[in-house]
Amino acid sequence: MDYIGEQLVPGKIGHFLIILSFVSSLIAAVAYFISARSNKPVDQESWKRIGRVAFFLDAISVLGVFIILYTLIENHRYEYQYVFKNSGNDLEPKYILSSLWSASEGSFILWTVWHAILGVILIATAKKWEAPVMSVLSFAQVCLATMMLGLHFFNVKIGASPFALFREQMPDLPVFQFADYATRIKDGNGLNMLLQNYWMVIHPPVLFLGFASTVVPFAFAMGGLITKKYGEWVKPALPWALFSACVLGVGIMMGGAWAYESLSFGGYWAWDPVENASLVPWLTLIAGLHTLIIYKSTGRSLQTSFFLIALTFILILYSTFLTRSGILGETSVHSFADLGMNAQLYLFLYVFFWMPAIASSIGLNKKLIAIGASVLFLLLAGLVHPFFALISPIAALVLFLVNMNKIIPSIKKEEAASSREFWMFIGSLVILFSALIITYQTSTPVFNKIFGTNRAPAQDVEFSYNRIQIFIAIIIGLLTAIGQYLKYKETGTQYFFKKIGLPFIISAVAAGLILAFGNINYDKYGLGFLIFIWMAVACAVFAIIANFSYIWIGLKGKLKLAGPSVAHLGFGMMLLGILISSSKKEVLSNNTNGIFVPLEENKITGKVGENYTLLKGVKMDMGKYWVAYEGDSSHPKKSQKYFKIHFTDKESHEDFTLRPNAFIDYKGNEGLSANPDARHYWNYDVFAYITALSDPEKTKDTSAFKSKTIGPGDTIFYTSGYMILDSVLLNPENPRVTFSPKDTAIVAKLTVNTMDGKKLMAWPFFYLRENHLDFVPDTLVAQGLTIQLQKLVDKKFEIGVKESKGVQDFLTLKVYKFPFINLLWLGTLLMAAGLIISMVRRIQINKISG
Amino acid sequence: MKKTHIVLLVLIIGAIAALISLMPKGGADMLSSYETIAGAKEKSGKFVHVVAKLDKTQPIDYDAIKNPNHLSFTAVDSTGGKVKVVYNNAKPDNLEHSERLVMKGKMNGDVFECNEILMKCPSKYTDDPTRIQESMNKNTN
Repeated sequence: MDYIGEQLVPGKIGHFLIILSFVSSLIAAVAYFISARSNKPVDQESWKRIGRVAFFLDAISVLGVFIILYTLIENHRYEYQYVFKNSGNDLEPKYILSSLWSASEGSFILWTVWHAILGVILIATAKKWEAPVMSVLSFAQVCLATMMLGLHFFNVKIGASPFALFREQMPDLPVFQFADYATRIKDGNGLNMLLQNYWMVIHPPVLFLGFASTVVPFAFAMGGLITKKYGEWVKPALPWALFSACVLGVGIMMGGAWAYESLSFGGYWAWDPVENASLVPWLTLIAGLHTLIIYKSTGRSLQTSFFLIALTFILILYSTFLTRSGILGETSVHSFADLGMNAQLYLFLYVFFWMPAIASSIGLNKKLIAIGASVLFLLLAGLVHPFFALISPIAALVLFLVNMNKIIPSIKKEEAASSREFWMFIGSLVILFSALIITYQTSTPVFNKIFGTNRAPAQDVEFSYNRIQIFIAIIIGLLTAIGQYLKYKETGTQYFFKKIGLPFIISAVAAGLILAFGNINYDKYGLGFLIFIWMAVACAVFAIIANFSYIWIGLKGKLKLAGPSVAHLGFGMMLLGILISSSKKEVLSNNTNGIFVPLEENKITGKVGENYTLLKGVKMDMGKYWVAYEGDSSHPKKSQKYFKIHFTDKESHEDFTLRPNAFIDYKGNEGLSANPDARHYWNYDVFAYITALSDPEKTKDTSAFKSKTIGPGDTIFYTSGYMILDSVLLNPENPRVTFSPKDTAIVAKLTVNTMDGKKLMAWPFFYLRENHLDFVPDTLVAQGLTIQLQKLVDKKFEIGVKESKGVQDFLTLKVYKFPFINLLWLGTLLMAAGLIISMVRRIQINKISG
Repeated sequence: MKKTHIVLLVLIIGAIAALISLMPKGGADMLSSYETIAGAKEKSGKFVHVVAKLDKTQPIDYDAIKNPNHLSFTAVDSTGGKVKVVYNNAKPDNLEHSERLVMKGKMNGDVFECNEILMKCPSKYTDDPTRIQESMNKNTN
């Protein structure tokens, strides 16, 4: 059939550019590799020139791919499957970018574009390291290009192209029987509701820059092996490692901010496998960063540095494998859809797993043996038992470590226990240990696949991580505090205590005050765990104060040198923020007032529920707040609704409005998808999101209050019964609210006699406090009645009665209070700033030393 | 890595392991397993993951006005097991449209008390052709 109305040219160009990027990066990798291995300066230069041209070609190609896909999404070219699946007409311009990287294919584009940009910077700055480093980076580009190829060879699909045509992917859809189908498809699927958040515009590029940048230290390390300059790569690699640690760390925390603001987890971190998968390489990178610094300062720990830097990039690839292979399926809320490229993804991971082992095998014979072993393991894994898929990476790492031991001379003399390098090294090992534990726990679905077991995650997933990581927090917090007060080689006892004495005393007092008056009494897991939280809080406080003081005590206020202090200060702050915000998180929407829920209905769990129902237009009592659902408004284009919820503090009368929103039946996704809203104070956040809504069909309510002035004993009639005003008293005993003698509450007591013979009680009242009048109506839901005490008129009372025709409009929500969450965000910024200061300083030092 | 490093690391890990074993477990290290409804009934009182479906012939009991923290419904699984489920939380809004439920909880008497429900919904963000087609029908004319 000849289709009309399609625009095929951009897709053809895009696909051509993907193939071009594959070919050119392959040429670049080979040319750079030959240049790096060559002994003749002439050959080195000429091959390097070829590599450069090829890499520039690759960079232009992937940029072209990015621009073409962006244009297709912007112009709603739904004949392309990726555009149809991930975007729609209703998207604001900023979300076109989110659409671009929302699915697997697009996020590979983002990754490869960052590689291209980093590569160009390396070509400009790496000088003699250009050839070896760029050969590794170009090879990574080759692997990424294969992920987007979308070619078929003998029934094997290689990669998934973002430019695949819809009609070719799903030819059976009836719409493709029309030649003019392209004009018939009016709208796309839309972007996943959870991704329609501004964090989703900036978090993925930052995170992927973090991912992409880990290849640079890795490439330097491999370059060191290729050129047999085993120690020299550290100097130029160090600024890159600092950059990578900064960007990856910020990217991860932005993901946390997205989860906090857009997902209804009720928090910023849930130990979700996808979160863990990006945290673990950051941890090994931080460990590696420290051992690199040890090597720079003392000549020790080179082997460990090699290992940690290589492991970091491998773990990045492992995380890619976890999130894209669909293997996480049931354990994660946010992984990519399975594109049927598991084998290819595993190969990608596999190649880099073995690369360090092969590169560190010296001599052709040994290299061939290593390559042979990797192929053998791959065949065993594919043909005999998937168990070998697990053995193979372990074998590769062991071989790498053995080789390292051979080629890198280690210093025989042990470090002094009072030296900085000793404790930095211990700290690095502890972080590595933490990373391994998290990896092991996260990999349960992988083990299930390999061993055919059906182990499910623990009952209490978060605690299963927290109970281990709390110790890591204590140890690392403490080491962070004292580390810089130790000197390389050896620290004099007197020097150490003299310098750290004051910060220690201040910290002890500060921590003591926080623990004494901070009410940190998180006893859900017993006293033992609480004591460890206290210890961790104390260590975090110590880390903050000691590093802050060190800027003056150790560095005499020279901020240029203070990168490590600022970064460690930030880390301590993050730690403190995490500890306090998690252990003091409060549920404000506890359903305790008993208006709707007799507590005994919750007998099963024994605890009160966290969901609270608000009737529209009725002020309700929620713990320390009066809360009213005042109204809602709709997004002009999308089926997204904003709810106006007004909070008034009972004590201070301070009030504020939260506007949580929800997508409702968005583009055929039945149900609602809620976005929280938060009120930010300097020391805490009030955070609310919708969990259920009334059905709008049943709740068209146009009624208003009708008032009548009556005295005690008088009767008011309503449609389905009548009510008698029994009494109006000051602060009486009543089932709704307990008043204290300080209160001035005028409470009416009414007996409502319904048509079906029931007697119900209602207690509307108003509050007088500091010249404020708070009206608190009472609601009889079953009768659709809202009764309000409005005025005192002579010795009579004005009673307002509202009858709702249908069921009343309502919403159900959860409200949390997160104290000191700002410490976490501020700490993140400081840590990033510290890493950048260090990076700038390292670059300057490298320039001076040439 | 030097001997002192190893010794210290072993000490640290040993101390952590010892302290963890002293702490109440709170269900953190009890790895659960995926069970059928029959299996969950057999292991009554033990925390399990049950993969099942909503029984659409039975009513879903949830009234946010009466109690927003109480949901009960009936679940069936592929082996024909059937059980009443109680979930003390808000009703997941797309429960009715779910294809598959992963319920975490334990049997208590005749009732499966559920702490958490993960839903597998027929998302249009997957490659399910029928869903794509539905979406397509909506967007074409």
